[in-house]
Amino acid sequence: MHPVGRQALLAALEDGWADPDRLYAAGRRAQQLREAATATVAQCIGVRPDEVTFLPSGTTAAHAAVLGGLAGRARAGKTFVHSAIEHSAVLHAAARHGEAREVGVDRLGRLDLRAWDEAVSTPGTALAALISASHEVGTVQPVEEAAAVCAEHGVPLYVDAAQSLGHSPVPSGWSLLTASARKWGGPAGVGLLVVRKGVRWLSPYPGDDLHRPHAEGSVNLPEIVAAAASLRAVLAEEQAEAARLSPLVEKIRKTVAETVPDVEIVGDPDARLPHLVTFSCLYVDGEALLHALDRHGFAVSSGSSCTASTLRPSHVLEAMGVLSHGNVRVSLHRGTTAADVDRFLAVLPGLVEAIRKEAGM
Amino acid sequence: MIEVDSRGRRCPLPIIDLARAMPGVKVGEVVRVLADDPAAANDIPAWCRMKGQEYLGSPEADAYEVRKVK
Repeated sequence: MHPVGRQALLAALEDGWADPDRLYAAGRRAQQLREAATATVAQCIGVRPDEVTFLPSGTTAAHAAVLGGLAGRARAGKTFVHSAIEHSAVLHAAARHGEAREVGVDRLGRLDLRAWDEAVSTPGTALAALISASHEVGTVQPVEEAAAVCAEHGVPLYVDAAQSLGHSPVPSGWSLLTASARKWGGPAGVGLLVVRKGVRWLSPYPGDDLHRPHAEGSVNLPEIVAAAASLRAVLAEEQAEAARLSPLVEKIRKTVAETVPDVEIVGDPDARLPHLVTFSCLYVDGEALLHALDRHGFAVSSGSSCTASTLRPSHVLEAMGVLSHGNVRVSLHRGTTAADVDRFLAVLPGLVEAIRKEAGM
Repeated sequence: MIEVDSRGRRCPLPIIDLARAMPGVKVGEVVRVLADDPAAANDIPAWCRMKGQEYLGSPEADAYEVRKVK
C-alpha cells in the first residue's frame, strides 16, 4: 500500500469506526470522512461525487456495472457486447446474463474496432464493455474510438479501469467505470463504481433503492479513506512513475528477447501500460518457472494453464493467438528499482535453461 | 504421416513432443499431434509461427497437423 494510504488507514481506524448512516456524533464524523473520500475520488477521476460508489472489491464493482448496466437497459435490448480480453469478473457476469457477444483482438492484444462497430451497431445491444488496458499483457485499448462508436449507436460503454487507474490517464467517453483500490496502491477490499449522470442503472441485488448503486450492507470506511488518500497520492506521482518504469519495462522486453532463446514477448510494444510486461518461453512449464523465480525473491504471475485453477490457458493469450505456456507476467511497482530489474534479467536465462534441460530440450 | 501421441500429457509436454519429433521428419512431410490438453489448440499454431513451420489445422478433435517446411 502507498505510505500515504497506510497513514490515512491508521487515522481513520481511530476516527471512522462508526456507521456513517447513524445520527450520533461518531456517526456524523464517519459521514464526513465518507463524503471527503468520495469527493477526493470524484475529483481524481473528474466526475461528480454523486456518481461515485464504493463497493467491497473490484470484482463486485465489475459485476454491479455489467449486471446493473444491462438491467437498466432491458427495454433497449439484451445483448452484452464485450472484448475477448476482459477480466474474468466481467466474463463471469456475462455468463450469468446469458446473451453476450465477444469481440476479438489482434496478435498484439488490441481490440478489433471494425468488429466492435459491427457488434455494437447490431439492434438489441444493451451494453458494451471494454477493459482500459489488458491486465495480462498491458496493451492499452482504443477506448475513446470504441466510445465514439457506442455514442453513435446510443449504447452505454462500461470501462474496467482496474489495471490502468493510477498508472495512465483515465480515457473519456464512457458511461460506467470500475476500478480496484488494491490495484492503484490502496488497500484490498475497496472497489469503485462510477455511473455517469443520465445512465440508466438498475440494481441486480435486492434492496430499497434499486436505482442508485450502493454497497450491500455496511462499508469498510477506514479502508475507503485509505483508498482515496492512496489514489490522490498515486496520481500525483503518476507521470514521474510512468517515466521511471517505462524504460525498465522496455529494458525487460529488449533484454529477455536477446538473452532467452525461443521466447515470445507479448503485447503492444508502444501502446502499453508503463508497469507491466509479459513474455512466454517455449518448452517451459509456467509453474516451474514461477517457483524458480520465487526462490530468487521475484513474485511474478503467469497466464499458463498449469498455473490456473481451471487448467485452461489464459483467455487473453488465447484470444491473441500467442504462446500460452511458459508465460510470465512481471508487474513493476513503486518499490521496484532498476537494480531489481537487473537482477531479474541476470537470473532469468539460467532458470529457463535449467527447466528446459530437465524437460529434455 | 508421422504421428505423435501426447494424449494425457499436460502443457507444455505436447509441444516438447512435437519439437523432439521434428528431426526425424523430412521437409514437406506432415506430423499429426494427438493432444487433449486444452492449451494445445493455441500453442501448436503458436509454435509453428515461432519456428517457421506450417500449421495445417485440426482435422478432428484433439488432433493437429503440422507440415515441416524447413
